[in-house]
Amino acid sequence: MTQYKKRKKIQHILHYSLLIILTIFIIIPFLLGLWTSLLPTADISKGALWSSHISLDNYVTAITQTPIIRYLFNSLVISLLTMFAQVIFCSMSAYSFVFLKFKGRDLLFYVFLATMMLPFEAEVIPNFTTVRDLGLLNHYAVMIIPFLTSAFGTFMLRQAFLQIPGELKEAGDIEGLSHWQYYYKVVMPYSKISVYTLAAYSFLSSWNQYLWPMLTTFSDNFRPVQDGLRQLQSQETFNNWGMIQASAAIIIIPTLIALFFGQHYFKSGLNEGAIK
Amino acid sequence: MSIELTNISKTYNGSDFILSDISVKIETGEFFAIVGPSGCGKSTLLRMIAGLIPISNGQLRIDDEDVTNLPPQERALTMVFQNYALFPFLNVKDNVAFGLKARKMNSSEINTRVNHALELVNLTDFSERKPGELSGGQRQRVALARAIASDAKICLMDEPLSNLDAQLRNKMRSEIRELQQKLGLTLIYVTHDQVEAMTMADRIMVLNDAKAQQIDSASNIYDTPSNTFVASFFGTPQMNLLPITLKENKQPSDVETNLKFSITNSLKAGNYLVGVRPNALAIDEVSSKTNAIVTNIEYLGTHSIVHAQLDNSLELRIEVSSTHNLSTTERVSVSVTGNHYIFSEDGQKLLNTNGGYTDGNASQEPQLQHSI
Repeated sequence: MTQYKKRKKIQHILHYSLLIILTIFIIIPFLLGLWTSLLPTADISKGALWSSHISLDNYVTAITQTPIIRYLFNSLVISLLTMFAQVIFCSMSAYSFVFLKFKGRDLLFYVFLATMMLPFEAEVIPNFTTVRDLGLLNHYAVMIIPFLTSAFGTFMLRQAFLQIPGELKEAGDIEGLSHWQYYYKVVMPYSKISVYTLAAYSFLSSWNQYLWPMLTTFSDNFRPVQDGLRQLQSQETFNNWGMIQASAAIIIIPTLIALFFGQHYFKSGLNEGAIK
Repeated sequence: MSIELTNISKTYNGSDFILSDISVKIETGEFFAIVGPSGCGKSTLLRMIAGLIPISNGQLRIDDEDVTNLPPQERALTMVFQNYALFPFLNVKDNVAFGLKARKMNSSEINTRVNHALELVNLTDFSERKPGELSGGQRQRVALARAIASDAKICLMDEPLSNLDAQLRNKMRSEIRELQQKLGLTLIYVTHDQVEAMTMADRIMVLNDAKAQQIDSASNIYDTPSNTFVASFFGTPQMNLLPITLKENKQPSDVETNLKFSITNSLKAGNYLVGVRPNALAIDEVSSKTNAIVTNIEYLGTHSIVHAQLDNSLELRIEVSSTHNLSTTERVSVSVTGNHYIFSEDGQKLLNTNGGYTDGNASQEPQLQHSI
């Protein structure tokens, strides 16, 4: 073996050992969580990692004795509606920032971008007063309406739309496509990947919302999962850790499903060959 | 479908004209090429005809109907783009059918048209493929099929072959020409390649400096270029343009060198530009009376291009047969054997065309021998 190949091999071994160590660190808490959800709470309290009573009992308890299914349903409604709304509104505003020519367009876009600089926490109090005055508190609307659109989504799709070659618009114009037709027949399919990415992103960020729903919801009927999970813990004087773990496992399932299907689209290069 | 342009102009700020006063009538079934260097406004002109860019001044008529302010889809034309402008998410068939569907044609009619168009460009076997799975030439054929499938009889092409390699370009050139003849299309073809324009077009418009320099057939443009721009733009290798001064007594201005031209008496004294094509010059390597030095030789197979410097330091390109045995820094005698052109000093006007210097009896007109 030559010197070069040897060095290459050592490098590979180093790289992979580092990757393996990182993987272990990241995945261990996750696996531990899943594993403890199968153990009886009595054993967890003792700090045991092994038990003779491995079962799905915790899951049954979680589903039957807590409103976890209701939380899941709430989150699903909120996240799906937010996702569709963001995809539609962000893509439409991005379209206008790219394909429509009007006075002050670029200035408006910068104002749009500027709102991204404000941290959400800084907006919480004024937003709260607004939704309270609108009488939206403790309802799905309060968790959807403020998130119907996002500056980030508009920005991301605008960048994607800018990649569309100008000739496609000209070809569309020659066939007499209206803006609306060009939007759904060409722009959306062309930018499919970015649109899916935004959909996945907005779904997950809505699913993982914690602060805002905590402030604006007061009943299990509207509470989403992340806050519901917190609720489970404080409701009990004696914390049923096995059941809480099982609930946590249940609520990450939709996230995993979204990622699993999303991955298929992220991988395939659908946009090859539009132009040379 | 004839197309008539009357004093078409384009300006974005009201004072700087990108195009000014373009007038031409393109006949039905004509293959019309617009040629010019990059940035001369040829693509802008095409887009104005298509209706993608508004016309600042002037009138555009298609079939004697004023379409100056009509949107593109009402002008009944199709367009083929340099980078194909195919929709990557649709297969070949749907790409060809796209415009027809947008125009709400019924589906059986769409099917016949699409199949017919794909047959014409030999892509029937590829109808289910995505553009990403095709080669450059095939993609451009899909774009052609899209133009064919539409019932429009006017087709605009914007440098459709510039993204293809040289061999494929030659092949597509004749394919496009054949299709145009077969379908009777009125075709406006924009290119920066003078060879493409000369080999394909019935008539050519040479565009430069926002103006149409000359509109004529390829042979007329080559034989009687209206100014030095056209003269040097057409023909490979480029025409030699040499400044000369004609004195009152019509005696040669510069007697140190002896490249001899015959010049008609009708020319007044003054400064002129004389143009000689490289194939209208000859090299005599055995002559003892030399007037130039060989600086470079480009071998091109059947012939070679010799770069030579006259003794008054003017550069010349001379086409010679490849059987020569010249070498660089060799001193040679260069003489004019073919046509040469006399242009006004600013190069804007062709004053006359002369037969070559053949010992004084080339033309009936009384002539003077003139050297530079």
